[in-house]
Amino acid sequence: MGLKNNLHKLKEKYKGTKMAPAFNAIHTFLYLPNETTHNGTHIKAADDLKRTMNTVIMAMVPCLLFGMFNAGYQHNLAIGEIQAVTSGFFSTEFWTIDNFFIGFWKILPLVIVSYGVGLGIEFIFAIIKGHEVEEGYLVTGMLVPLIVPVDIPLWMLAVAVIFGVVIGKEVFGGTGMNILNPALTIRAFLFFAYPTWMSGDKVWVHGADPRVQNLADGATPDAISGETILGSLAQGKEVAYNAMDMFLGFIPGSVGETSTLLIILGGLFLIFSKIGSWRIMLSSVVGALVMGLIFNSVASSGLISESSKFYSLMSTEFWHHLLIGGFAFGTVFMATDPVTASQTNKGKWIYGFLIGFISILIRVFNPAYPEGVMLAILLMNVFAPTIDHYVVQGNVKKRMKRLKVKTA
Amino acid sequence: MEHLELFLKSIFIDNMVFSVFLGMCSYLAVSKKVSTAVGLGAAVIFVLAITVPLNWLLDQYLLQPGALAWLGDDYADYDLSFLSFIMFIATIATMVQLVEIVVEKFSPSLYNSLGIFLPLIAVNCAILGGSLFMQSREIPTLGLATVYGIGSGIGWFLAILAIAAIREKIRYSNVPPALRGLGITFIITGLMAIGFMSFGGMLTGGEEETTKEENTANVDESKENLEVKEVLANNIKVNE
Repeated sequence: MGLKNNLHKLKEKYKGTKMAPAFNAIHTFLYLPNETTHNGTHIKAADDLKRTMNTVIMAMVPCLLFGMFNAGYQHNLAIGEIQAVTSGFFSTEFWTIDNFFIGFWKILPLVIVSYGVGLGIEFIFAIIKGHEVEEGYLVTGMLVPLIVPVDIPLWMLAVAVIFGVVIGKEVFGGTGMNILNPALTIRAFLFFAYPTWMSGDKVWVHGADPRVQNLADGATPDAISGETILGSLAQGKEVAYNAMDMFLGFIPGSVGETSTLLIILGGLFLIFSKIGSWRIMLSSVVGALVMGLIFNSVASSGLISESSKFYSLMSTEFWHHLLIGGFAFGTVFMATDPVTASQTNKGKWIYGFLIGFISILIRVFNPAYPEGVMLAILLMNVFAPTIDHYVVQGNVKKRMKRLKVKTA
Repeated sequence: MEHLELFLKSIFIDNMVFSVFLGMCSYLAVSKKVSTAVGLGAAVIFVLAITVPLNWLLDQYLLQPGALAWLGDDYADYDLSFLSFIMFIATIATMVQLVEIVVEKFSPSLYNSLGIFLPLIAVNCAILGGSLFMQSREIPTLGLATVYGIGSGIGWFLAILAIAAIREKIRYSNVPPALRGLGITFIITGLMAIGFMSFGGMLTGGEEETTKEENTANVDESKENLEVKEVLANNIKVNE
């Protein structure tokens, strides 16, 4: 109770001053507010925006923990300390304290920079504009470390976060007003501003650089290339991972996106707590499968020659696309963002389907951008208001017709 | 196949608004309401679909170096390409007048809501840009030129449709006062262009190498740039 009372006193003391929003934010983040509305409320819900955001964060925690273990595992694997996982998800080579600490020390700074810089900007904006601090960054700040490569320099992350929060969100008036998903804006900024740090075979595994050096010095190469699966496929190289590895997540990639299994768990959690939209998730999976099947049949029918650049990605089995890259993560945690997604139910089906469809299209046809999901979601964010507009107009038209029939 | 490719390319990859930022004036000014935006977008598609092939004919049989050969051998060396701007603009202005008359006749409400911007299509850079790109990219046949005109128009239409819907959505947003209106619209356009960058470089370097020499050259260049950057990054690391 001590902390709560102190905070409350601070809040009272600074009431009406410029700094008030900052203390209010800390207070309500940690505790239920002292004063609640007693009568006359019109909307009653058990959870407010902060609880909603916390639910999403809880759904992401398994991915974060797995990401820490995986970062260490990939590192140890790359320098040849340990052998590849053989005995399934609970294999003892993977869940070691050693792996965890390497990942922990690599990923904790990412989390700190993301939250520190992002929340700092939110606080500054709230104080300048004189409104309450908004909760929107809680989820974005957690998403950001999960969708960047392990070895991204921290200053780049900070610059990108500043861009994403200010240009992507605050200029529109803050949480709930933005057009593009802020976390994806941050990633897209990194991707286009510092392409060498967001692709290739150096950044996905911590300490991949010394290994390249070793190889140059005459060490024997192993099966690990340090490249993400999509990157290898785009270059037409062989992939050394089987589908089970992809599903469980023992592969290089952005921090949180590798384990499809844990992402599905998080997704189920979101669906059952009614925070994520199952319509979007389902329809984007369907969209990806449809596109994958189309490409598979094109590849097997011989319309495209094997020497073509697109062949290796086109002939990838259609369901593998769901497991590799950021598809699962993007679908579950980014596409379902309630602010930037379509708001209408019918719109959600269209929106989700096109995300799946376009992301596989970009993966296959755009060798420069192996990760299509990010760009597909951004593109559909741009078109979500258009979809909504036409769904609403269609409904209006239908009702007008019904009205006419009734009155006639 | 060639037609389809050019069609998709002109809609998504070489989008008039998001990749070359042409036609911004009416794009910014008439995008407050979806219905008006749709009207203007449709007018742009129509005008582009007519002017590009028309200008292609002009270019092929009048303006290009040696285009006058059909008049006889005496004229074979004439090069009238310095006249392209004025000829293209003349065609466009005529066509816009025609569209204006048609719209006024058949949809007076659209005519009123488009207001001054309908005659202004004549000086919409996207329209002239379409014809000039057609000339500089040396589109080989009339069919392809038509496809290119329609595709560019649809690309522009999609852009103005999307931004109009977004602007309707953010009407109640608490945008900082200094940015209200055009400021925020420019920022949105920039962010939308990021979304459209997903198509940049798509379809290049595929099977039909011959039709894409320009593009592959570009891709190679950017690859070289990347390599240079990588080398630089490595050097920096070594120095550290």
